[in-house]
Amino acid sequence: MNKESNIYTVLFAGAMVIVVGSILAYLASALSAKIKENERFEKQQNILYAMGVNQNEGEGSVNFVPTDRVEQEFSSFITEQLVIEGDKITEDDQAYLINIKKQLDLIKDGKTPKLPVFIGEKDGETFYIVPMYGKGLWDAIWGFMSLDKNMTVQGVYFDHKAETPGLGANIKQRYFMDDFKGETILNGSQYTGIKVAKGNNDPVNNIKDDNEVDALAGATITGDGVSAMISKTVNLYKDYFESLRNKG
Amino acid sequence: MALLTKKDTKLILDPLADNNPITIQVLGICSALAITAELKASIVMALSVLFVMGLGNVVISLMRNIIPSKIRIIVQLVVVAALVIIVDQVLKAFAYELSKTLAVFVGLIITNCIIMGRFEAFALGNGVWRSFLDGIGNAAGYGIILVIVGFFRELLGSGTLLGFPVLGNPIEKTGLYSIGYENNGFMLLSPMALIVVGLLIWVQRSRNKALIEEN
Repeated sequence: MNKESNIYTVLFAGAMVIVVGSILAYLASALSAKIKENERFEKQQNILYAMGVNQNEGEGSVNFVPTDRVEQEFSSFITEQLVIEGDKITEDDQAYLINIKKQLDLIKDGKTPKLPVFIGEKDGETFYIVPMYGKGLWDAIWGFMSLDKNMTVQGVYFDHKAETPGLGANIKQRYFMDDFKGETILNGSQYTGIKVAKGNNDPVNNIKDDNEVDALAGATITGDGVSAMISKTVNLYKDYFESLRNKG
Repeated sequence: MALLTKKDTKLILDPLADNNPITIQVLGICSALAITAELKASIVMALSVLFVMGLGNVVISLMRNIIPSKIRIIVQLVVVAALVIIVDQVLKAFAYELSKTLAVFVGLIITNCIIMGRFEAFALGNGVWRSFLDGIGNAAGYGIILVIVGFFRELLGSGTLLGFPVLGNPIEKTGLYSIGYENNGFMLLSPMALIVVGLLIWVQRSRNKALIEEN
C-alpha cells in the first residue's frame, strides 16, 4: 500500500488512536482502585499532619504517618467528622472524602455546600481541622489547617498541583508551614486569616499575633494564593468557629 | 563484535559537549529555565527526560517505516504523551510519593522540544539501537546542563544543595553569613537561569574555538 496516500494516513491515524486509547484506558481502569486507595491514604495523612500527628524529626523534611498505619491512626486520633450544610451540622465518617472543589463550585451556583470539619484529640487537646482549596500561580493549591477553640493555628499542611519547583512549590516545605503554628486567624474579633507577607521584617516569625507569616522569595503569586485561600476558608467557616468560641 | 562501535560512542558523547542540545543547539530552554531553581528538581527532570527520550526514540524508530510522513509530528506527539501518561499512572499506583514529585514535570516533558527534535531528526531515520543511544546521549547532555545550572542557582540563591545548608544559616548568621555574605535572591528567578546558561555557552566556546560561528 502506498504509504503517502490519504487512505493509508487516515487508517494509520485511526489505528494509532485505537491502540493508544485502549492501552491508556486499560491502564487507567486496572490501576484506578490502587490509585484511589493511595489518594485516600494521602488525605488521611494530610489531615493527621495538620494536627501534629506525623513522624517529623527536628527541623527538616515532612514525614507523614506511614501508609500501612494511617487508617488505624486516623480512626484513633480523629474522633468526629462533621459536615456543615447551611445551619445543619451532621456527623459523617466519610466526610474526609468530600471533594472541596466541587463544594466550592456549588457556592458559585448559589447552592449550599457541604463543608467538612474534622475534630481530633491528641494529648487531651482538641483540634478543629478544616480543609482549604484555592489557586496558586499555575494551578490548584489546597491543604488543611488545624485550630484550637481560641482560633490559634496548631498546624497546617499545604500542597499544590503544579507550582514552580524551588519557588512556589516550597509552600509544602516545613520551613514555610511551621511558621503558621501559633499564628491566630483572629484580629480582635474579626476573622482576618493569615497573610503571607513580603517584607514583614519578621523572618523567624517571632511575632505571632500579626496575622502574617514571611513570604517565600520568588513565589509572590503562590503566596498571595495561600493568603487568599486561608481567608476564603476562614470566611466559609466563620459561623462554626464563632459557635466554638462561644461554647467557651 | 563490540557492544559499542566508535560511531555509537560518538552518539552518546557528542551531545554531552560539542553538540549539546542546550548550549549548542539552544533547545529545551523553557524547561531549563523553569525548574532549575533547586538541584533536586533538576536531577529529577534530567532522569525523567532520560527515560522518556530513550524509550521514545526506540518506539519511534520501531515505527519509522510505517509512519505516514504527513502526520509524523502528531504521531511523535502521541507517542511521547502516551509514554509520559503511562509512567505517571504506574507511579501513581505503585510509587505515590515519587509521582507527586514528578507531577509538575509531566507537562514540561511532553512539550520538551529536544524530545520532539530527536524523534524527528534521528529516530525517524535510524535503527533501534542507534536511536536508543542517541536518545540517552541527548538526554544526558540536557541533564548535565540542568544539573550545573541547578547547582549554581541553589547554592548562590538559597545557600543550600539538595536542601542541605552548606553555607551556614542565613537567619542565625552562622558560617559564611557571619562575615556579611548574603544569598542572592535574584538567582532564584528565571532570568538568572538564562544568564547562567549564557555563561556556560561562553565558557564552552572559549575552550573550544571550533564552536564559534563564522559571521
